[in-house]
Amino acid sequence: MSGFDGRVLIVGASASGLAVAETLRREGFAGRLTLVGDEVHPPYDRPPLSKQLLSGEWDKERVALRRSADLEALSADFVLGAAAAGLDAEAGEVFLSDGQRLGYERLVIATGVRPRRLPGQPALVGIHTMRTLEDSLTLSHRLKSCRKLVVVGGGFLGAEIAAVARGLGSAVTLVEPAPAPLAPALGERVGESIADLHRERGVDVRTGVAVREFVANGSHVTGVVLSDGTELPADDVVVAVGSDPNVEWLATSGLHIDNGLVCDEYMEVAENVYASGDVARAYNPLFGEHIRVEHRTHAAEQGMAVARRIMREAAADPFCPVPYFWSDQYDLKIQAYGNLRGHDEVAVVDGQFEGHRFLALYRRGDRVTGVLAMGLPPKVVHGQRKLIAERTEWSSALENVPSPVVVAQ
Amino acid sequence: MRIEVDAPKCVTSGQCVMIAPDVFDQDDDGIVIVLDENPAEGQRGVVEESAAVCPAAAIFVIED
Ligand SMILES: Cc1cc2nc3c(=O)[nH]c(=O)nc-3n(C[C@H](O)[C@H](O)[C@H](O)COP(=O)(O)OP(=O)(O)OC[C@H]3O[C@@H](n4cnc5c(N)ncnc54)[C@H](O)[C@@H]3O)c2cc1C
Ligand code: SF4
Repeated sequence: MSGFDGRVLIVGASASGLAVAETLRREGFAGRLTLVGDEVHPPYDRPPLSKQLLSGEWDKERVALRRSADLEALSADFVLGAAAAGLDAEAGEVFLSDGQRLGYERLVIATGVRPRRLPGQPALVGIHTMRTLEDSLTLSHRLKSCRKLVVVGGGFLGAEIAAVARGLGSAVTLVEPAPAPLAPALGERVGESIADLHRERGVDVRTGVAVREFVANGSHVTGVVLSDGTELPADDVVVAVGSDPNVEWLATSGLHIDNGLVCDEYMEVAENVYASGDVARAYNPLFGEHIRVEHRTHAAEQGMAVARRIMREAAADPFCPVPYFWSDQYDLKIQAYGNLRGHDEVAVVDGQFEGHRFLALYRRGDRVTGVLAMGLPPKVVHGQRKLIAERTEWSSALENVPSPVVVAQ
Repeated sequence: MRIEVDAPKCVTSGQCVMIAPDVFDQDDDGIVIVLDENPAEGQRGVVEESAAVCPAAAIFVIED
């Protein structure tokens, strides 16, 4: 297959950047391919960082995304341990922090996100965030001796870390300012069910409270003080309060930045510049809005779509993904399709909250925009994907459900 | 072309089954099963796409 054969530069050498590179070559791209990544490691996978790597079940070699022979077969220049520091789109050049300049004809920005910190968060030993291999190995090591762990933030990441730490025997407190963990994304009732699951496994779940300050002994954290005045002693504290897109290096580039790199359904940010993965806020024709998705599968799918756009130009299809997400909480798997945030209503159409095995549909306007399953066989869940892909009306989705339990929020 | 999977890595996403249903399936727990370890050349596109998109990097296409 012929197509574009100029020079492609990919900034960010992780799941999404790698998918761009591999798909370009599969599509017959014969030009020069360069990947720049600020981490020193060859591309590795992040979901196991809060699961099997953290628990010690896997060693670090197992999180590599590809075997070294597969990376070599890509015939790409990997510039690792080097951060991009600026972009001159007019000249078609990216500057690295060491002063190097790399020219391109097509640029793909796949710089992902980084953990958000709490306002005024001090730099103390024992306060952790979770994004990199080093973060996971450090916390994993600490969990071997940590008796008391406080996890700040009850999103998927915080909840997974709490579950793993409980499994390793730590006393865990999970602090979430919302009325329930995961409530902002999944709604309060589903969030409560997840809170119950954690309570049953011995996690002290505190909701409706925030962390006001950290307590330290010298340079080491020894606890946190909550907004209601409670002091929680801790050997270690994990801050998992969301993430911010890595776009600062583009501040003077003139690119449209608003909660990520804003781009169209072809991931075009500007002429010859594309965004992909967690950093991209692309227009999704299925939902009629720009959404930024932080899911592993989406990062790869979007990278593939960017590569096809570069190779086929006008002949490429717009990218209309049905986002898919999974999370492991103890021995239960949560799986979700679609866009659950900003929903108007949730209905449980199968199973029940008690026992934590249920299937919930999410409505926005008159459509089904999200599906969430907890503790159900994956094959059952996959059948629900089409509700989103086909933009099914809410009333027709509920038509054949004998007794849906509608929970307003 | 030969297919190998690292089943303990599989996160049961079902992506491979959606893309290459003649080559992959899932057991009752959702873990990947290879239906055809030596797929015909005509399956190359979908097999390579499955390996690329697998969110667990659990599928390997090996050229003997
Ligand atoms: C602990 C953890 C658990 C997760 N679990 C799940 C899960 O269970 N299910 C799920 O669907 N998703 C999960 N995710 C999300 C998933 O891992 C991400 O969606 C995916 O990694 C996104 O890939 P990406 O390539 O877009 O970004 P990233 O993986 O963030 O990669 C971006 C890369 O660019 C580099 N970079 C940043 N700035 C620069 C710069 N200026 N110059 C050069 N390089 C730069 C970064 O260091 C990084 O290596 C999890 C994420 C984490 C952190
Ligand atoms: S795509 Fe990968 S993770 Fe998903 S079912 Fe297939 S092998 Fe498992």
